Amino acid sequence: MAYPKDYKYTKEHEWIQVNGKNATVGITDHAQESLGDIVFVELPKVGAQLQAGKSFGTVESVKAVSDLFAPASGKVTAVNDSLNNSPENVNKDAHGAWMIKLELSNPAEVNGLLSADDYEKYVAEEK
Amino acid sequence: MVDFGGWDMPVEYPSSGGLMKEHLAVRTGVGMFDVSHMGDILIRGPQALDATQWISMNDASRLQEGQAHYSALLYPEGTFVDDVIVHKLGQNDYLLVINAGTREKDYGWVKKNVARFHCHADDVGDYYTQIAIQGPKAEATLQKLTNASLPAIKNYWFTHATVCGLPNTLIARTGYTAEDGFEIYVPSDVATSERVWNEVAEAGKEFGIVPCGLGARNTLRLEGRMALYGHEISDSINVWEAGLDRFCKMEKPDFIGRAALARAKAAGLKRTLVGLEAVDRGIPRDGYRVFDQAGSEIGYVTSGSYAPFLKKNIALAYLPPQHSELGHEVFVEIRGQKVKCKVVPTPFYKRPKRS
Repeated sequence: MAYPKDYKYTKEHEWIQVNGKNATVGITDHAQESLGDIVFVELPKVGAQLQAGKSFGTVESVKAVSDLFAPASGKVTAVNDSLNNSPENVNKDAHGAWMIKLELSNPAEVNGLLSADDYEKYVAEEK
Repeated sequence: MVDFGGWDMPVEYPSSGGLMKEHLAVRTGVGMFDVSHMGDILIRGPQALDATQWISMNDASRLQEGQAHYSALLYPEGTFVDDVIVHKLGQNDYLLVINAGTREKDYGWVKKNVARFHCHADDVGDYYTQIAIQGPKAEATLQKLTNASLPAIKNYWFTHATVCGLPNTLIARTGYTAEDGFEIYVPSDVATSERVWNEVAEAGKEFGIVPCGLGARNTLRLEGRMALYGHEISDSINVWEAGLDRFCKMEKPDFIGRAALARAKAAGLKRTLVGLEAVDRGIPRDGYRVFDQAGSEIGYVTSGSYAPFLKKNIALAYLPPQHSELGHEVFVEIRGQKVKCKVVPTPFYKRPKRS
């Protein structure tokens, strides 16, 4: 699975796609693969304020529970409710099945995150 | 891979497509498990039956040669050393199949407690590779590899026959999946084990056989409400609490734990194992706390998971009897949230009758 070049990545295995002050967040293909069959996604409500590096929800596979960490600070403007009923979409297309949209409070925060190449290297080393 | 009682074991096989596919293969077709981690203790000698009766709670005198049953080894307190499957191999010859994590403890305990009988106990676990073939297509799969007539083997019976060219192989119609299936015991050398494993995989190919890991083994047994040591049963949980009454024969000759169980029965149950199904969104998991409507803590989850075949979030939990009636609502604490669950009948899953 290719990691989109226009996304940024965290060491906790989230991706973020930034467009000016707006951003979309999900988990990486590597994350879905290590979790296995995803059966439950718990996301914040629209309007929630997220802080970079802090947990904003959980994703569960049959075998494990994993926290979701905010790649950047901001206000939640949209939540992908379709994942309530079809959490398996994260397994099918992790880089397309977004979880939340954010209005960033400090877009510069994203500069500190990993590029696609760096993330791929990071994952290779972790294995 | 994870460490499981000292064995390096896969949680799931990526080549199978993962836990969910493995689970569904067993419910609808066939799956195969390397369960060589299970321990085996042989009790042999003129007093093998008396010894087996003394150390286990089910009535081994009712077993015929070629028959097995579920039983347990108990402490004098009526709590669990381990659960076991007892096979009557012959008049003076009983095979106990035990858990991996409790192997040393079990063997030491058995050896000590059979010492006063005219028999000997041997840990023969290292001699066998145990492969479980489970699912509605298990019989058709294994039949291709053996001269035994598998339809003639009833549930919880076994025979010895040639399997994959290996004479005198133990074939038991047992398992830990709440599905029809067999467990075979073959010599544990690598070459034989690999060959048999591959031949089973080949024989099951037309039925979509997949290798299954510990993850599916756990969700399958949970749907079938089968106990797991350290969860539903342990050295601090007694037989009545675990709801295993029908495997405990108080009327048979005396056995370790009997007196305490008689006292516990007279005193009444303080907690009982119930099945829960999540009503609200959330997956109750092992160790999560259970609360009543008023917010008082009343018990805990022993095993909980998303159930791949039932497509529900289910759990087993110890609760006081007054909270155990069907339909009763309780709340499982999941990451600080109280998630509503209701008491449901168990087993959660019952396999359809064979046609």
